[in-house]
Amino acid sequence: MSEQTASWFNVYNVRPETEVPTESPLAWSCHHSGRPSVSEKSRVVLRERAMLGHLILRGGAIMLDEAVREVLGFGLPGRPNTLTRDESGERSIQWLSPDEWLVIVPGGEEFDLEGKLREALGDAHDSSDNHYAIVNVSGGQTLLELEGECARELLMKSTPYDVHPDAFPVGKGVTTIFAKASLILRRPTEDRWELVLRRSFADYLYRWILDAGREYAIGVDA
Amino acid sequence: MSQSLKQPNRLHEGGRIDRSHTLSFTFNGTRYQGHAGDTLASALLSNGVDIVNRSFKYSRPRGIVAAGAEEPNALVQLGSSEAAQVPNVRATQQALFEGLTAQSTNGWPNVQRDAMSLIGKLGGRFMPPGFYYKTFMAPASMWMTYEKYIRKGAGLGRSPMERDPDHYDHLHQHCDLLVIGAGPAGLMAGLTAARSGARVILCDEQEEMGGSLLDSRELLDHQPAYRWAERVIDELGRLDNVTLLPRTTANGYHDHHFVTLHERRTEHLGETAPLVDGVRPARSRMHRVRAGQVLLATGAHERPLVYGNNDVPGNLIAGAVSTYIRRYGVVPGEKLVLSTTNDHGYRAALDWIDAGREVVAIVDARRNPDGDLVAEARARGIRIIDGAAVLEARGEKRVSGARVAAIDVAAFKVAGQAETLACDTIASSGGYSPVIHLASHTGARPSWDDELLGFVPSLVKGVHAAGSARGVHGLAEGLADGTAKACEALAALGKSADAIALPQVDARYESTACALYQVPHEKPTLRAPKQFVDLQNDVTAAAIELATREGFESIEHVKRYTAMGFGTDQGKLGNINGMAIAARCLGKSIPEVGTTVFRPNYTPVTFGAIAGRHCRELFEPKRYTALHQWHVEHGAEFEDVGQWKRPWYFPQVRPQVRPDATNGERESMAEAVARECLAVREKVGILDASTLGKIDIQGPDAREFLGRIYTNKWAKLAVGRARYGLMCKDDGMLMDDGTTSCLAENHFLMTTTTGGAAGVMEWLELWHQTEWPELDVTFTSVTDHWATMTVTGPEARKLLAEITDIDLDRDAFQFMDWRQGKVAGVPVRVFRISFTGELAYEINVQANYAMHVWKTLFEHGDKYGLTPYGTETMHVLRAEKGFIIAGQDTDGSVTPEDLGMQWAVGYDKPFPWVGKRALSRSDTRRVDRKQLVGLKPKDPKVVLKEGAQIVLDPDHAIPMPMVGHVTSSYYSPTLESGFALAVVKGGHSRMGETVYLPMADGKTHAAEIVSTIFVDPKGARQNV
Amino acid sequence: MFHIYCPYCEEHREEEEFHPKGQAHIARPEDPEACSDEQWGDYLFFRDNPRGIHHELWVHAVGCRKFFNITRNTVSYEILETYKMGEAPRFTAEHPEGRPAETVAAERTAAGADKVERQQGAKA
Repeated sequence: MSEQTASWFNVYNVRPETEVPTESPLAWSCHHSGRPSVSEKSRVVLRERAMLGHLILRGGAIMLDEAVREVLGFGLPGRPNTLTRDESGERSIQWLSPDEWLVIVPGGEEFDLEGKLREALGDAHDSSDNHYAIVNVSGGQTLLELEGECARELLMKSTPYDVHPDAFPVGKGVTTIFAKASLILRRPTEDRWELVLRRSFADYLYRWILDAGREYAIGVDA
Repeated sequence: MSQSLKQPNRLHEGGRIDRSHTLSFTFNGTRYQGHAGDTLASALLSNGVDIVNRSFKYSRPRGIVAAGAEEPNALVQLGSSEAAQVPNVRATQQALFEGLTAQSTNGWPNVQRDAMSLIGKLGGRFMPPGFYYKTFMAPASMWMTYEKYIRKGAGLGRSPMERDPDHYDHLHQHCDLLVIGAGPAGLMAGLTAARSGARVILCDEQEEMGGSLLDSRELLDHQPAYRWAERVIDELGRLDNVTLLPRTTANGYHDHHFVTLHERRTEHLGETAPLVDGVRPARSRMHRVRAGQVLLATGAHERPLVYGNNDVPGNLIAGAVSTYIRRYGVVPGEKLVLSTTNDHGYRAALDWIDAGREVVAIVDARRNPDGDLVAEARARGIRIIDGAAVLEARGEKRVSGARVAAIDVAAFKVAGQAETLACDTIASSGGYSPVIHLASHTGARPSWDDELLGFVPSLVKGVHAAGSARGVHGLAEGLADGTAKACEALAALGKSADAIALPQVDARYESTACALYQVPHEKPTLRAPKQFVDLQNDVTAAAIELATREGFESIEHVKRYTAMGFGTDQGKLGNINGMAIAARCLGKSIPEVGTTVFRPNYTPVTFGAIAGRHCRELFEPKRYTALHQWHVEHGAEFEDVGQWKRPWYFPQVRPQVRPDATNGERESMAEAVARECLAVREKVGILDASTLGKIDIQGPDAREFLGRIYTNKWAKLAVGRARYGLMCKDDGMLMDDGTTSCLAENHFLMTTTTGGAAGVMEWLELWHQTEWPELDVTFTSVTDHWATMTVTGPEARKLLAEITDIDLDRDAFQFMDWRQGKVAGVPVRVFRISFTGELAYEINVQANYAMHVWKTLFEHGDKYGLTPYGTETMHVLRAEKGFIIAGQDTDGSVTPEDLGMQWAVGYDKPFPWVGKRALSRSDTRRVDRKQLVGLKPKDPKVVLKEGAQIVLDPDHAIPMPMVGHVTSSYYSPTLESGFALAVVKGGHSRMGETVYLPMADGKTHAAEIVSTIFVDPKGARQNV
Repeated sequence: MFHIYCPYCEEHREEEEFHPKGQAHIARPEDPEACSDEQWGDYLFFRDNPRGIHHELWVHAVGCRKFFNITRNTVSYEILETYKMGEAPRFTAEHPEGRPAETVAAERTAAGADKVERQQGAKA
């Protein structure tokens, strides 16, 4: 589908078919600020899950829920600020707003997924149909995992959002302030936090996390 | 350095200090010793140091007055090295540590022999409020000179001039109940809430939690009160739902129960935070607490009485005397006279006599007081003089006596013959003022309670007060109040808590206090010895009286005229007394006079704590493109564009740059920009344009929406085409511009300016969500998803052709077309959009592959002279073409018509698009509006200053009528001349006219008004 | 630092996540061309500045990006309610203690019924 189509929407696979060198949003940061190694003393461990597929879904919940169930085998999160995942935990859908969700899948799946979703959702090209939109944003963001006994305290240094387990149970995810930038913060499992950051802010946020984590001997898992 | 190893005032036993752990410290160059558990103040008193400072205005010697945050005199400068300097630390709040080095904040050359005291002595009477302003005002030009010396003499500490080795931290906290103050009421409240399972934060500003329990004479459950406190603190410390924060001051109470708590984490350990595992922990931490409910258990400040020379060292507030004796094992003198208005003050005399020192007399303003403490004092054989007060202290550097006389409180006069009692210490108690500062921060006005003789806090929804903080002063009552108020607070959150059984407390009868603030003197206030109200700001009763005589009736005006309660003091000791004096002078009651507003911060906070981690490299986010590393490696200088770091220019490091250049010398900016400009005009250049805002727009109504939000037409833009668009606000003024491409019938990609990206996104959502929700369209930012590189110049086609499968034939891929295909093996979109006026291809690559594409272009680019260029060259090239930059050539007051861009205005579009109606307002139709024109300096070497004002007649008398200003100005290597864009009144009809630009250095430049397009007016070069 | 309940996220968030967008319920005239200069100027430039109850338009900028309204007391800074676009406030200058909750709820149900799957909108 790489040729230009005359259809209603331009769906374009931007992943090269051949191997080319790639750089995640943290490439420069790791080069410039380094990657402190993980040691026994590390009470926080950071890990980048680079090159994942990130799609934004827009539209009505009922319609999209049906489509993602059909294609991914699990539905949209039913409540604001929550996320759903498949059994492997590799695929997730997060509520971002009443008509917006973030889908994260293993890298390379996103174009195929977009095609299948569009197929399931139909053409929807005039206002008699239910409007929806799918946007590939994989190059614009990256996902970091944060684990360790002091991960929560590191978050408390960084975000005004309440990360206490009572206020932030497993399965929650929010867009919020982090230091002087913003990001998506989510808690897919009991012990793991995930941060979805925008590419251009990644270096600032990486430096911030290393700085805030220094007293916990933060390590970066390669 | 002199040395003093005796601690003459230290008791052999008692107190909460560790006598086995001796610490040495230095104050004003002398070495002393104290013990673990001391504050700097208690250690100084133990060493018999009387003078700790000179006063702010009169340079009078001053000693320690209080034992806590309310201390007005003992402000010290901390730090043994320049980097460790901390100003304005209260010695009463600074824990002693080994090697502590402090000096007095004021006093020059030193506190014992102070040069400025001459002014205080001779000029004292002649230094009324406003003295400095009144005296040193003339001539006005000299104020700066006077001020320098006045400030040197006065001084309020100084900032470190070297980099702080410490770092600071913020922690965002959330809780159901925040309890401020861990005295009896606060501990009970905290315990009540904690046992209910609620999330509780309990903070206290002192080194140790417990408040008044730590020095109480009373028993709880038949044991010293501090034992009970220790048990409660221990229980709280073991609960997961409780955060205990000692050494933590609640400094500011902000909106909706957002409270900032300043935790001093290592200040008690040393000058800088000691290393833990090789890492320096944060020296202090600002807890930013969002609380469900807040309970203020902040206690009360004892008021000193206002009498003559009440500032001479040796004058203390009564409660502080008790605290020093019972908590620190220090008796701050030998012979005590106590002047009080209430029973509670008697504790000081009882503690004093328990410590084995002499109480000369208790002078009680009341007649026949009969409370239990009074009876105890009588039983101990202490002389009690009732119906009397201390009129004035005797002595200069230390109290040597107290003049005591019977007084008539109601008539405000001395009612008997004065008697002078020899003593070295005068303690006074004028009653208790609830600490209402935090409640006041919320905007609530406190109300006066006639029975309590104090202001009690008014409380906004969600705020509670307990114990002394609301005037419930007794120990048993305070404990009960704590638990009751905690239950109330939790109930407001819909949670229930059980009240806690109170510990056993012996009932104590107290006789009624009397309302005395300023003690009368035989002489009228204006001629009596100075009676200080606010010791920190050197405000006397006379100053307040004078202020009221001069017509200042509002207490807020009196405050500002006299400086009462200013600055770091925030009126802790003096405000109520000051209001009472103002009320007396004005013949009003205290509630009629009212109180001033207390503001954050409650006590001083260092900038480090406020900044936290938001400093140095992390002060502001720096946004980088996917190509940043390449730019760094190629020596780019960077320019800030919003938060983005964009390459500004790429100075070359080659000896051949200039014939006379030495090896390794870098080009100047002008040289680099000239080289980059010519490369683009003659060969090919490349720009990282990734920072442009990019918005993916999808939906059946996308095209309709674009037509409404842009000024020009979008109905017929074909798939595969791009168009330049102008965006106005509804006032008709340009807000942003950019190109939008039709990706598919219902799918568009909008670009915005770098700085406008977030604003435009919000703007689109605003109109969609609030005005046109019926339109089916969605907007998603893809700014970070796509990296954008502009390949531009006559050789651009040849270069790109080497690594793309897209047909670049000029007819197959025309100007303002876009195509999809591969570049360097990576799927991309290429747009034939030009911001340089040359043949240009703007390549959008998924950002993770951008570096590969960019480097591949350079692998093939050498033979075409591919040159990276930065924003400066971009600016020159676009300005040569007359392309505007929204926000530089426009400022929110410029319409498309002012820019001469009527071609981008769809006057006949059916929908009343945003900005249309405003273009026909009478003001936007004016012919003398400032319009965008080109300026060509008569002297081609001149580069006009951006922002320079334009006049028509340079010989006109000043002020000259100004008709416009320069918006963009550069040197053009293509034109070999300076050139500029400018807005000029009626400029479009002034083509060919000469205007003038008078500069600050006296020169005047002449320039000709010309078209905004300086290079290739027909646009042939971009369309090849 | 306000603590603002976002009616779309259905929870309180810190003020830093929001942008204020001025007075609420300023509807753009249906037919701008039919407005006199004065009417258009009123729409563009003139806003209320009441002491007491005020309705404001805000956007949850760092969050769900939805616009919504706040009823706020400009003296106490208390936020009395937040409500979605297209809904009417419960607290007004005429009803500072609040109109009956049932009336408002009924209105909101009626207004929302035909837009369940659509973004809520319309300022007026």
